[in-house]
Amino acid sequence: MLRFALTRIALAVPTLLIVAVSVFLLIRLIPGDPALLMLGDMADPHSLADFRRSHGLDQPLPVQFALWLGNLAAGDLGRSITTGQEVLPLIFDRFLVSATIVVVAVALASLVAVPAGMLAAWRQNSLTDLAVVAGATLLLSVPSFWLGLLLLLLFGMKLGWLPVVGYVPFGQDFGAALAYIVLPVATLVLVEVGVIARMARASTLEVLRLDYVTHARAKGLSELAVMGRHVFWNAFAPTWTLIGLILGNLLGGIAVVETVFTIPGLGRLLVDAIFARDYPVIQGCLLFIAGVYIVVNLVVDLLYPVFDPRVTA
Amino acid sequence: MTTGTDDALLSIEDLRLEAGLGRVIAEDVAFAVRPGEIVAVVGESGSGKTMVARAVLGLLPPPVVATAGRIVFEGRDLRTLPGSAMRRVRGARIGMVFQEPMTSLNPALTIGRQLDEGLRLHTSLRSAERRERIVAMLGRIGIDDPDRCLAAYPHEFSGGMRQRIMLASVMLLKPALLVADEPTTALDALVQRDVLELMVELTRENGTSVLLISHDLSMVARYADRVVVMYRGRIVEQGATDAILLSPRHDYTRKLLEALPRRGRARAVPTAEGAVIEVRNLTVDYPGRAGLFRKGRPKRAVDGVSLSVLPGETVAVVGGSGSGKTTLGRAIIGLIRPSGGEILFRGRSVMGGGGSREYRHGCQIVFQDPYSSLDPRMQVGAIVAEPLRLVPDLSAAERAERVRRVLSDVGLDADYADRFPHQLSGGQRQRVAIARAIVRRPAFVVADEPVSALDMTVQKQILRLFGDLQERYGFACLFISHDLAAVEQVADRVLVMKDGRIVEAGSRDDVFDRPQHPYTRRLLSAIPTLEPLPEGGFRLSVRHGQEALSAVS
Amino acid sequence: MTRTWFGLPASPGALLGGLLIGVLLLAAGLGMVWTPYDPLAIDFRARLQPPGPEHWLGTDEFGRDVFSRALAGASTSVSISLFTVAAATVAGMLIGLAAGYLRGWTDRIVVSITDALLAFPGILLALGLLAVLGANKYGIILALALAYTPSVVRVVRSNVFSLRETGFVEASRVMGNGELFTMARHVLPNCIAPVTVLATGMFGWVLLSESALSFLGLGVPPPAPTWGNMLAASRPYMSQAPWLGIYPGLCIALTLLGINLLGDAVRDRLDPRMRRI
Repeated sequence: MLRFALTRIALAVPTLLIVAVSVFLLIRLIPGDPALLMLGDMADPHSLADFRRSHGLDQPLPVQFALWLGNLAAGDLGRSITTGQEVLPLIFDRFLVSATIVVVAVALASLVAVPAGMLAAWRQNSLTDLAVVAGATLLLSVPSFWLGLLLLLLFGMKLGWLPVVGYVPFGQDFGAALAYIVLPVATLVLVEVGVIARMARASTLEVLRLDYVTHARAKGLSELAVMGRHVFWNAFAPTWTLIGLILGNLLGGIAVVETVFTIPGLGRLLVDAIFARDYPVIQGCLLFIAGVYIVVNLVVDLLYPVFDPRVTA
Repeated sequence: MTTGTDDALLSIEDLRLEAGLGRVIAEDVAFAVRPGEIVAVVGESGSGKTMVARAVLGLLPPPVVATAGRIVFEGRDLRTLPGSAMRRVRGARIGMVFQEPMTSLNPALTIGRQLDEGLRLHTSLRSAERRERIVAMLGRIGIDDPDRCLAAYPHEFSGGMRQRIMLASVMLLKPALLVADEPTTALDALVQRDVLELMVELTRENGTSVLLISHDLSMVARYADRVVVMYRGRIVEQGATDAILLSPRHDYTRKLLEALPRRGRARAVPTAEGAVIEVRNLTVDYPGRAGLFRKGRPKRAVDGVSLSVLPGETVAVVGGSGSGKTTLGRAIIGLIRPSGGEILFRGRSVMGGGGSREYRHGCQIVFQDPYSSLDPRMQVGAIVAEPLRLVPDLSAAERAERVRRVLSDVGLDADYADRFPHQLSGGQRQRVAIARAIVRRPAFVVADEPVSALDMTVQKQILRLFGDLQERYGFACLFISHDLAAVEQVADRVLVMKDGRIVEAGSRDDVFDRPQHPYTRRLLSAIPTLEPLPEGGFRLSVRHGQEALSAVS
Repeated sequence: MTRTWFGLPASPGALLGGLLIGVLLLAAGLGMVWTPYDPLAIDFRARLQPPGPEHWLGTDEFGRDVFSRALAGASTSVSISLFTVAAATVAGMLIGLAAGYLRGWTDRIVVSITDALLAFPGILLALGLLAVLGANKYGIILALALAYTPSVVRVVRSNVFSLRETGFVEASRVMGNGELFTMARHVLPNCIAPVTVLATGMFGWVLLSESALSFLGLGVPPPAPTWGNMLAASRPYMSQAPWLGIYPGLCIALTLLGINLLGDAVRDRLDPRMRRI
């Protein structure tokens, strides 16, 4: 087991490295003086010279990369050109906002979708199954930004039940914070429920076909015990992997939902930075999101043996 | 047909199984199992025997339903029992053992939990008492370290061990009836025998009756008191085992009994010319599983094997799983690179490129699995014609003619050439694979378990086809198999492998009648033979019984 | 005996999916050559009109006909998506086959790069590339193709690896066929089915990504209409002119629904065949 964990962690390192190289090269691809790009057109000659020196702009590329990596390790991702804030703390604050919404949404979606998918598989080809499949297909065909707009229209404007713009952190005022995130979370939940339910149904169908399920029934176990004790753990494993992928995907894709509901999240930060050509922030966001995604998938992989002990063999 | 239902433990009456859209799986099924009896239901694929077994427990897979008949167990008709009552019967009164050891235990739960489950459900024993019983049973099936076993997962055990654990799990509850659905089909000959013996012992100790489902009549004949023969969903014959063997009445029963491979006359193999294939001191190593930080230790699959095959003769290589016989075959045919030793084709070494074109043309292979050895996207004609593309100076017309001829030689009409593999049965696909292998008239063919995946009657046809083709085309053959019975029919010489080495070699008659090595004797004793009697029946005999059972390996 | 329709099982889902996609392709084709009104024509006198006989889906804040813009948007989205899927599929197959055939270092490099590209979730990679390339039709195609090629590579590569071990591929080698011939004759054709399934699904993701990018303002630059940027532009007018937001989004949703239903039918058709092997 330890060997399995160490192997997985060790395999993540080269991926992280290549991600870093990719981002580094990407930014370097932009035509123009890197110092001007990173500090903005308004920067003074003194800061520009400092930047050139500390990033080794007159040195060969690998040296620049090493220096850049060194800065990264120290937590220095530069400063935002638009606001002058330090990039890392800025990203982190925004990340907390996005992460709250994403994690709550995925958790809620899973709680609903996994039982629904399993139920549909158990009662395959029944009306329940048809309803679940049809519902899931419909939901996952709906683009999140459109759904968000519709919900906003209905609950925010027409009915006036919920606020339409903005965000309040939980630490500040729990009730208000809750009101502000209901609609964005609901949007994401509705969209992801479809995806997760379909996967849960498919993997449950696969497991139900296997001999050990018949064996469990042959022992005289009730259907509930068979589903809960034997089917669930094995069927959940691929869904668990999918959840990891979704969490990562949403970290990037949440930009659209944040735009609809005007939420100061990480996605919005990146998009605004792209418009503003705020390269330190762009670079920081890319690195951060990719890094978080790799870590999330690593954790998902490490927990996989809980559902399927065969992988550690 | 009287079935004597009064004292029967299980009595099936006029059972009818359908699979929707009017498709009948089985009909008019009627037989009984008395207390303490072992009753075997024998048939090939499509006979409906597995579904009948499932019907007893009420575990028919969704499209299949029982539409008529009664299943009377301990005086009650199981078909009319409500769900909760049926669940109390399952496990506690009727136990079931399945075929595939790899998939019949839940991979996500420990052995301990799975063994405990049934006891917890059906008895009121306390946790400590349950554990005691489980540990005792594990000892009974031959596990020395019960604590480690209880905490382990199924994938840590071999197939044979898993079947034993399955048996333990079911017998812990001391059911009155054990339904065993092809419990040993997926196992080696030796392991099969051990598992079956264990099953018979356990059931006898507990007074449990057995309903044994199988396609292997000879294996069943050894242990069953009564036999029920099924064909295409109906029972064609049933009765005491001895009676059926001695005087089988129905044609199909007779066909099944005759399908068992039997020794023919020893052939006269020409010894004048040089060997087609000569193998000297061959070793094949598999790299061990390397972790991230260390190189794996190599596993030696073939350890210094030497053999030779003369033109026109069939040399059989037999052994259990892990003996290295398949690796040997694949190394000789060139799919695996050997780590040491030499392979000579017609006197010239084939390693390192020299003579390898001639070798490629002269040596072919037939694989075990008829389902994956043909390209699903190609028609039969194209599959068989493909090797001819490498033969120079063949016109399209000549090519077509050769394809037609070889197809007819393997028993397939010309109109099979336009069909796709998925439209053919297993036996037909294997014929296509054989046609593909011999269309270029090779000097040497490796047959890697060519009949193991086929029904018994089909096996017999294919084995006979092999013999005929060999006579007509004159190729030498290396016949790899774990099935000694099949080997007995086709081989001229036999090599027995164990742990990568050849432990015995000799002519077929020598090896089968006068085995020298203890392992060979054990192998032979695990294969019962049905000897045809002059009066027209068969007799079950076990080879080298006593000495083999006491041999230590 | 299930009825088939162009070879696909004629389930209601497949029929509906086919219908929706048919309409989509028709609309896209139409949008390229003719629309009732010029999608770019501004007419302030006709601004913010609800759907009616003159303007079937209403007009936007510049008086432009929403229906015409939706048609034009269809062609833009469909052409971008088709090009992207084609590029990703072809590139993915070539790279996947090379990795599976050459193995060794080629394979290791391909896997590392693929893993790294896949480490950028969803549209993140596309966002990053657009930041560098700038938002225009070809930049978007390139960015999205780069984002989705790794998935194709993965599927092809794993298929090649498993096919290498099958009996008929080994038989081809034993027969004396060269490696290249074996790959072309036996491995490649058997990869087509899973790639087709993947490509069908990918068409949907790419369309959605393209719309999302447009919505964020990083798509094809205005005034060219895409469903995404039409949705974005509708936001200030949500309460007074809800049709501006409803219809473009409905187009996307119906298109995705059609793709999903059709994709399911394609998978059902191709997968059971594979399972029989």
